[in-house]
Amino acid sequence: MAVSHLQCKECKAEYPLEALYVCEQCFGPLEVAYDHSRSSRDVGELRRRIQGGPQNIWRYADFLPLAGGPPGPSGRLASRVGLPAGCTPLIRADRLAARLGLREVWVKNDAANPTHSFKDRVVSVAVSRARELGFQTIACASTGNLANSVAAHGAALGLDSYVFIPADLEEQKILATGIYGTRLVGVKGSYDDVNRLCTELCAERDWAFMNINLRPYYAEGSKTLAFEIAEQLGWELPDRCVIPVASGSLFTKIARGFEEWTELGLLEGALPRMNGAQAEGCAPVANAFSAGQDVCRPVKPSTIAKSLAIGNPADGPYALDLARRTGGSVDAVSDEEIRAGIKLLAETTGVFTETAGGVTTAVLAKLAARGDIDPDERVVLVITGEGLKTLDAVRGTFQTHTIEPTVEAFQGGVPQTVAV
Amino acid sequence: MTVVVKIPTQLRAAAGGEAEALLDGATVQEVLDGLFERHEELRARISDDDGALRRFVNVYLAGEDIRFLDGLATPVADGAELTILPAVAGG
Repeated sequence: MAVSHLQCKECKAEYPLEALYVCEQCFGPLEVAYDHSRSSRDVGELRRRIQGGPQNIWRYADFLPLAGGPPGPSGRLASRVGLPAGCTPLIRADRLAARLGLREVWVKNDAANPTHSFKDRVVSVAVSRARELGFQTIACASTGNLANSVAAHGAALGLDSYVFIPADLEEQKILATGIYGTRLVGVKGSYDDVNRLCTELCAERDWAFMNINLRPYYAEGSKTLAFEIAEQLGWELPDRCVIPVASGSLFTKIARGFEEWTELGLLEGALPRMNGAQAEGCAPVANAFSAGQDVCRPVKPSTIAKSLAIGNPADGPYALDLARRTGGSVDAVSDEEIRAGIKLLAETTGVFTETAGGVTTAVLAKLAARGDIDPDERVVLVITGEGLKTLDAVRGTFQTHTIEPTVEAFQGGVPQTVAV
Repeated sequence: MTVVVKIPTQLRAAAGGEAEALLDGATVQEVLDGLFERHEELRARISDDDGALRRFVNVYLAGEDIRFLDGLATPVADGAELTILPAVAGG
């Protein structure tokens, strides 16, 4: 395996591949480093190796931080261990593109994962590394989607799990977590309060907190979104990606995935323009972007996009840097625009996304309306979660025609489409 | 004012192995200055060259991020708890 060590993103200090996440010297975040010097330089061979892998994220095992390779008795059986994530559809969205005055828009529908969000990618990687390191208990601080995924992975692999969420989370996300038999803890406070509590607990317990002490491994899972997008586009880079931003980890790791493959010769060309999407009610990164600052001032979230409601984003500075150096941006949209975004995506693509996807779609619409996007660009919209998890957001946005069961009532009570 | 300062595991080696320290001061800044006097090694880990908090350090007073209060100038009450934590978790 090419995985080599952990390294501080700030001061470059090196650490062993253990459950560590903070640099003891400068408090910077630790990140997984790889040594690909022994990987093949033959692009055709690298591609065949990937294409011969399982239909899930473990086809990219050479670029993921497991010391022992893909989990399971053999690479061929990797797809049968736990809850394999990935290989979600990349859909050509011509009707959405036409509505926005664009030519080529693709929707990466990551709601098509085992627990219906991209979090299955990061949890698959973190939980596999946690098992390699000998942990018996997994845990997380979550805004909902991670909660679903950690509880389900714990059940699938027979690991104990503790899931900490803000107590006021959407009912669907609470139900879709507790059913897996996890120990579900509703904390009276915001996600940032939950995160602080879990960071304190993490120091006291011998647990693998997916997004705290396992965070360097967890974050790597998001690179698989970039790998899949490139592979599904025929080993090509898109011109632009629109991606939701909460902590900024997904946003920066998708770019890292593209960069890694470009360094190895698997892809050619410049990094896509990276556009981050936030809700106005929780926009610490978008605010810093428009103010020209390179650090984020934390905010108290108030938005229907609860899965993005992180007021104190850990990777905020890196997200800002990425948006700026690729000619992208980080934009924010209102709750009304979020609802309209959910509807726009559903009506033009048949994909029903949660509020975070509404944020992302609304930001794409905003960029198109602002004239930021050249009509010839190939744009990828990253949809990270499922609409059935945030039903309240769309309640009352359309009319149901209730009638008596007669033809007359139907003809009199329902507006008829005129055939043309 | 005597304040309980909770030291994160990553900094305990530089704090003589202590998980908590009792320190006097009227503001967060004064309490942290007292901590640095006791454990000089902690200064460079927590503060940058201008004396501000490093960007991946979070400080909480009674559970509230001091950036929502008056930052380092925030007054501290007797018996209050000041928690230093890494800012790289979550998401």
